[in-house]
Amino acid sequence: MKIPIEIDWLEEVAGRLRENFGEQVLNVEQAYDFPVIVVEKKAIIDILAFLKNDPSMGFTFLTTLCGLHVPNYEGGEFGMMYQLHNMPENRRLRIKIFMGENDLDVPTVSALWPTANWMERQEYDFFGFNFVGHPDLRRILNMDEMNYHPMRKQYPLEDLGKHDKDDAKFGR
Amino acid sequence: MTENQNILVPEKEYTTLNLGPTHPATHGIFQNILKMDGEIIVSAEPTVGYIHRAFEKLAERRPYNQIAPITDRLNYCSAPINNMGWHMTVEKLIGCEVPKRAQYIRVIIMELARIADHIICDSVIGVDTGALSGFLYIFQEREHIYEIFEEVCGARLTTNTGRIGGMERDFSPKAWEKLEYFVKHFPEKLQEFENLLLRNRIFMDRTINVGPISAERALAYGFTGPNLRAAGVDYDVRVMNPYSSYEDFDFQIPVGTNGDTYDRFMVRLEEMKQSLGIIQQAMKNMPDGPIHADVPDFYLPPKEDVYSKMEALIYQFKIVMGEMDVPKGEVYHSVEGGNGELGFYLISDGGRTPFRLHFRRPCFIYYQAYPEMIKGAMLSDAILTMSSLNVIAGELDA
Repeated sequence: MKIPIEIDWLEEVAGRLRENFGEQVLNVEQAYDFPVIVVEKKAIIDILAFLKNDPSMGFTFLTTLCGLHVPNYEGGEFGMMYQLHNMPENRRLRIKIFMGENDLDVPTVSALWPTANWMERQEYDFFGFNFVGHPDLRRILNMDEMNYHPMRKQYPLEDLGKHDKDDAKFGR
Repeated sequence: MTENQNILVPEKEYTTLNLGPTHPATHGIFQNILKMDGEIIVSAEPTVGYIHRAFEKLAERRPYNQIAPITDRLNYCSAPINNMGWHMTVEKLIGCEVPKRAQYIRVIIMELARIADHIICDSVIGVDTGALSGFLYIFQEREHIYEIFEEVCGARLTTNTGRIGGMERDFSPKAWEKLEYFVKHFPEKLQEFENLLLRNRIFMDRTINVGPISAERALAYGFTGPNLRAAGVDYDVRVMNPYSSYEDFDFQIPVGTNGDTYDRFMVRLEEMKQSLGIIQQAMKNMPDGPIHADVPDFYLPPKEDVYSKMEALIYQFKIVMGEMDVPKGEVYHSVEGGNGELGFYLISDGGRTPFRLHFRRPCFIYYQAYPEMIKGAMLSDAILTMSSLNVIAGELDA
């Protein structure tokens, strides 16, 4: 059940992006009340800089960013989500990129927004993205000696010997 | 004087000071390795993660209704706001419209939590300047708020209040009585607190121009909440993206000018008064009606029905075992937490647990500006800056 909220400016923003970046803009959709634009990884830094610096766009505030791990998505196992906010006009926008599991280099956005520094460190810590150009790419919440990235789906939370929550036992 | 004496000025030596992880003045588990030149801070290096509990990973293994207790442990000074934020995120995902009465009750509880949060922060700023009395008096009022929470949900600090679809129960007559008592007596106690600190020369000298941040830097660092408003940006999620009927209420958003410790103190002080106004309006205009939406898949049926009706028993079993049918989707919902925009980014793949849940934790985001804010300040000012930022360890480390 989707909440029908019409975002009248989405086509305008998507149009400007297509005008400037053409084929790099892969998909434009609306997830509930939020517009989502999926773009090519190699263009992400240019697109974010355009959205931030172009006066007609004005997405100057980085609300949050986070990593995604989708093991079933062939060729796009890992993803990043950036959520921008144009405060004066109250427009929010989510930009997503996807990449294969062997190519986790992502350009850092900490030069555009200083706040991305710790956010990216957190996503490096949990998913193992290599943020190219990051000033201080170290683990932040987990201990430095940790040798894996725990938010990846292959690491279960509970030990593998437990079977009391198997889906098969609930008829699925 | 011998001829061979070194006439070059020796290289300046700095002192390294380890502030934290546990120090009575930091109000939580914060470690900062400070490089000091005498009493002036040259640089600071914060270390976070001492109480990291892997909430995002935990949430991927828990059914939706069992995630609410996790959110309690984020900003534990205003746990109900986190609870409601989570319930509203799931309600957005399942497309559930909450009845007006439940929304108003939520507003009352959230604003009480905001007052409790700001009481802690503001009184602790006083304590760190050496004024313990204000803290002792105003904490009585926090106690009254916690008594109301106790009456509403049985818990005081980590409340786990509200349910997906509404509230677990209506306010009891006792709760109304306590709420009325609080609303009646809080303004005078707040006035007393204000009189102790507001124009106090020592307090003003200790806080004005201490730990300032400009609006531009604050935005670049992702500040939200009272800290951003103290810098002069009138951003409040309650006004920008109203949730839970906030559009029905008439209240003002206080803003500061310098973004220093005094401004942050003042913004919180004024917000408490505005919150009280919202509570009064909600009490006056409280609509009648049900306190939860008709979502049997998520909302526990009454206990009498569970013992006597088959359908209710099945729903009870499914909810308790965490077997709820959730649509696929991706939502973001944010609420104005005690210290900023608390966001929940939720991806559901239709399974019993979230596929991915990301918390936008305001503390974690703005705490990275701390080294910049205390550079060149005295050690005692660094302590004050930290307490005025209202950094909560539980939220910082998640």
